[in-house]
Amino acid sequence: MDAQIYEVKQFLNNKTYLPLGDRGKKIMDILRFITAGSVDDGKSTLIGRLLYDSKSIMIDHLEAIEKQTKNREDGEIDLALLTDGLRAEREQGITIDVAYKYFSTPKRKFIIADAPGHIQYTRNMVTGASNSELIIILIDARHGVIEQTRRHSIIASLLNIPHVVVAVNKMDLVEYSEDVYNNILIDYDVMAKQLGIKHITYIPISALNGDNIVDPSQHLPWYKGDTLLNFLENVSIENDINLTNSRFPVQYVIRPQTEELHDYRGYAGKVISGIYKVGDAITVLPSGVKSKISLIELGGKPVEEAFAPQSVILHLEDDVDVSRGDVLVRDEDLPQVEQQLEVLICWMDSKPLVAGNKYLFQINSTRVRSILKSIDYKLDVNTLEKDYSPQNVGLNDIVRATIKTAQPIAFDSYQSLRVNGGAILIDETSNVTVGACMIQ
Amino acid sequence: MINNEIKNSEGISNPPLGARGLDYLDQLESESIHIMREVAGQFERPALLFSGGKDSIVLVHLALKAFRPGKFPFPLVHIDTGHNFQEALDYRDNLAAEIGEKLIVRNVGDTIKAKNLTEPKGKFASRNALQTYTLLDTIEEFKFDACIGGARRDEEKARAKERIFSVRDEFGQWNPKLQRPELWSIYNGKIDKGENVRVFPISNWTELDIWNYIRRENIALPSIYFAHNREVIEYQGQFVAMSKFVELEPTDKISVKKVRYRTVGDMTCTAAVESDATGIDDIINEIIATKTSERGETRIDDKVSEAAMEDRKKNGYF
Repeated sequence: MDAQIYEVKQFLNNKTYLPLGDRGKKIMDILRFITAGSVDDGKSTLIGRLLYDSKSIMIDHLEAIEKQTKNREDGEIDLALLTDGLRAEREQGITIDVAYKYFSTPKRKFIIADAPGHIQYTRNMVTGASNSELIIILIDARHGVIEQTRRHSIIASLLNIPHVVVAVNKMDLVEYSEDVYNNILIDYDVMAKQLGIKHITYIPISALNGDNIVDPSQHLPWYKGDTLLNFLENVSIENDINLTNSRFPVQYVIRPQTEELHDYRGYAGKVISGIYKVGDAITVLPSGVKSKISLIELGGKPVEEAFAPQSVILHLEDDVDVSRGDVLVRDEDLPQVEQQLEVLICWMDSKPLVAGNKYLFQINSTRVRSILKSIDYKLDVNTLEKDYSPQNVGLNDIVRATIKTAQPIAFDSYQSLRVNGGAILIDETSNVTVGACMIQ
Repeated sequence: MINNEIKNSEGISNPPLGARGLDYLDQLESESIHIMREVAGQFERPALLFSGGKDSIVLVHLALKAFRPGKFPFPLVHIDTGHNFQEALDYRDNLAAEIGEKLIVRNVGDTIKAKNLTEPKGKFASRNALQTYTLLDTIEEFKFDACIGGARRDEEKARAKERIFSVRDEFGQWNPKLQRPELWSIYNGKIDKGENVRVFPISNWTELDIWNYIRRENIALPSIYFAHNREVIEYQGQFVAMSKFVELEPTDKISVKKVRYRTVGDMTCTAAVESDATGIDDIINEIIATKTSERGETRIDDKVSEAAMEDRKKNGYF
């Protein structure tokens, strides 16, 4: 037997799921996830099913979609209608943009980014994926791993989404066959290895019938893992927040300038990663000026420390020059500070991306002018092949490029620290966000 | 209304939880404060649209956390239809006075006169749609470039698709097909003169999140949110407050019911809910148990068509 396939089989025989039990959760937190797949894969039905079975759908919303499904022959409620918000979508049966849906269980609040799966909407998937800690990749059990699956997985890997769930849907249409399911797992695992995707969880489901969504399915006795909701409730996400590399982009300077507070000068912002303590030696970037934290305020109260992702006010011992766009970091752990950046860009505009063009470059609260020096190659999102002399770069293309910024930028590589490695490009003439950059 | 702790207190407090983990309300609060500070950092003339309803009251609370001990970098702006509950108006005035922030009120009635607009007719004539005119005039009058609003994405399907920074053209119109992609926590508020951005810091909160936060933060609300006796007319299964704005018909039955309001809008287009909930815990229990959505239970204006909200937004509505 081929060594790689053997390895996968071993993996299947052991566990395809995380063990349940004490995962040390005490507080109700938030999990943001994205679902990738097309209408044909049953994506909207899956979301509808999660909302429906977790009792997050209200009667009036249900009545409204019942009204719309009255004409259907089978008389079943079309759960997909719950997620399509705009008239054009309902009329054409498509999803044109990212929609956000909410539900919660006693363990967690969930925010779903519902992004369309067809190729022309890569930009929406990238948008939805940028804030997600988990992605559900839907595979139609009848078709297995197809080009679209590969594309979604490549995007998940580029966007560095920490957790991947492969939901093999429509198990009812393959007679709940364990063999069909296992073959898909083998195929996917081979691909995932090539893409370097880790932490994959496989779950066989039928969104239409509700198999393994909330309750375990009696049709799938051979599957011993979590149901989808069970997994979503319990997957450990504490470690997805980086508490090691401290980054604090200054958003706004608070200066009351009143009589009793005329010396007050507080730097308002969010700790995007790491921890800050009173007394910490810090460096202001990009200027390099040094000082110490003299006071931290959280919601108007002084605290000893602040950690990601808290929004706080920091005060410095010295009267140094700090303004919006500066980043306060701890001395022992500096990010890179450069003017020349290597980036992967997902292009999101109908006007083509052209080397030599100028764009505004925004990372967190820092916005500077920049020039696109060169396009190094275009990446095929279906095959990962590199085209070193692309004819043109259009909407939904992904390229590797070199950008020069007007001022030095304090950043980390996207793969090492997501919150300080993502940036957007803004067209200076239309003001539109035209590109998503992942700094390499 | 505001928890005293927000104002300068002395003594050091520890992180909210033993471990360095934030619960969902802390996370939502931090995200919303971050968004408000982005408004302060990116715009020259922002405003906070204040209605006297619970969502905008939470916005004010978040603004206090975002900017105190400094002043707000924006005024509170109320577009008053003239059909508001007196309790909500009193609350508004007291709040502005208590926190010492500027309040701007513009009246839909004045716009109707000045522009010769046609008053809506009917049994529960609602000025809700006409607010758009006054809102756009007010934006023009003060040259506001950003308006912070309390809309949430769980309210309605069109809102589920709107960005946190939602760019509107000079007519205030929302174009759902031409929205800017919004990535990570990076907000692009760059606009041309004449355009403005609607900013929704509590986009990711649900109705229940709002109530749980109000309870946790001990935020005071207008009294109509709690159960009280009121003269109402029953109309298509909903209870509408008896007021001078309702056109009475001989068949109308007026009765006194114990009700509370789940949302606070115009007296003519907001329905009350029968309830005994006099405290916030009771309200939260009722909301957990309810089978009907917030807008479905209380808004008469959204029932007109499946796309009512989408259409209003395209025309410049909040």
